[in-house]
Amino acid sequence: MTEPLSKTNLLWEETLPGGAHWSFVMKRGTALRLTDVEGGANLAALFYNKDEKLERYNMPDTLKAQHTAHLTAGFVLYSDMGRVLASVIGDSVGWHDTISGMSNAALVEKRYGKATYQQARNDMHRNARDSMLIELGKWGLGKRDIVPNVNFFSKVSADDAGGMLYAVNHSQAGGYVELRFEMDVLVVLSATQHPLDPNPEYAPKPVLLQAWRCGTPDEQDLCRNFRPENVRGFYNTELLFR
Amino acid sequence: MSIVESKLNPQQASYDLVLPAGESWLHEVKRGQVFRILDLEGNQAVDTLFYSARDPEERYSAVDTIREQGNIYLTAGTKLMSTEGNVLMTIVADTCGRHDTLGGACAAESNSVRYAIDKKYMHSCRDSFLHALGHCDCGMDKRDLTANVNFFMNVPVTPQGELTFADGISAAGKYVEMRAEMDVFVLISNCPQLNNPCNAYNPTPVQLLIWDAVAQ
Repeated sequence: MTEPLSKTNLLWEETLPGGAHWSFVMKRGTALRLTDVEGGANLAALFYNKDEKLERYNMPDTLKAQHTAHLTAGFVLYSDMGRVLASVIGDSVGWHDTISGMSNAALVEKRYGKATYQQARNDMHRNARDSMLIELGKWGLGKRDIVPNVNFFSKVSADDAGGMLYAVNHSQAGGYVELRFEMDVLVVLSATQHPLDPNPEYAPKPVLLQAWRCGTPDEQDLCRNFRPENVRGFYNTELLFR
Repeated sequence: MSIVESKLNPQQASYDLVLPAGESWLHEVKRGQVFRILDLEGNQAVDTLFYSARDPEERYSAVDTIREQGNIYLTAGTKLMSTEGNVLMTIVADTCGRHDTLGGACAAESNSVRYAIDKKYMHSCRDSFLHALGHCDCGMDKRDLTANVNFFMNVPVTPQGELTFADGISAAGKYVEMRAEMDVFVLISNCPQLNNPCNAYNPTPVQLLIWDAVAQ
């Protein structure tokens, strides 16, 4: 049984300012609601098994196991070890991107110009790759651990010829997505603009983080039964805890 | 989708190897050399990763590659981008038309999810990758495995955001050819997948050829 977020089970809440990066561990049986406070946010995210960080979010395995090229409620985030790191248990946005990667220093300077710390203090221009490297460094990880990421709140689809289409104004103020963690997971976040965002202004948006104790999934769980593959993915995951 | 034929003569290749299905291959392709993968019997998936030979921490990035060209399929003209924003390889010829880079490599664990728990004991691409890296004395290991290219594989994405595994569009004799823009380690698993109809449940050999810059 998965308890919804309430005042009684809330563990903590913080707002990640636009442009900021952070990392933390979410325990099995807890959940995280990500809320786009102002509309137009993008949250680049990577996920690692906290106990064995060689096990990490795997975009291709997530997509092919569930025959999808995007994420929304029901889908789960697979690791490279056939286990579920986190499940998407709620979503008011409808589509989250995982095929476009993250911004880097060259892209951000080309698009928005240069704004160093000396010039702009904490309004300096940040990019997702360098932000990830800083956070990963706190856990003894580095470049070899950066893999294709999730971009929450962003939609990129493909047309019949494979052309990639970024949806403008996709995520509205108050839009949220909820992740339940199926093992202890290191979560690494960067609230920087999507690399395909056509906005010529450097304008990263804040994201509200709310963690709560939700419990582990039962046999009737939406994500477990969303696809036959997920039944086996949860079996593999739960072997860790028997 | 663009079909571009090569003018290179296989007789003048400096390297020529037939790689059976289920085998791995790790080889350095020098800047300026041209590397061809030839689908000998048709619809064989060739799972491939690329690393800068000078600094393997710089490696192929599937997401940067498709985002920079604005298209999810690889074909002639595609620049295979590194994690540092540099071009590793440029696809210079392609008689298949398009190749996948979203489907990743098969692994024991992902096979257990996709097909059945007991399929995890079957041979897989990741086992081949790990076997090659375990013997290479190059300092690379599982941490260096990332989203790969699947040459000759057809994995269409629908406008509604579904990922589908369609019948192959490759055939016996089709090839893809790429020029190295820096010294590159190429790591291949010639896919042993027996559970997916994309190769008609029949993994087959491929031919690998390299031409030196002077022969082109």
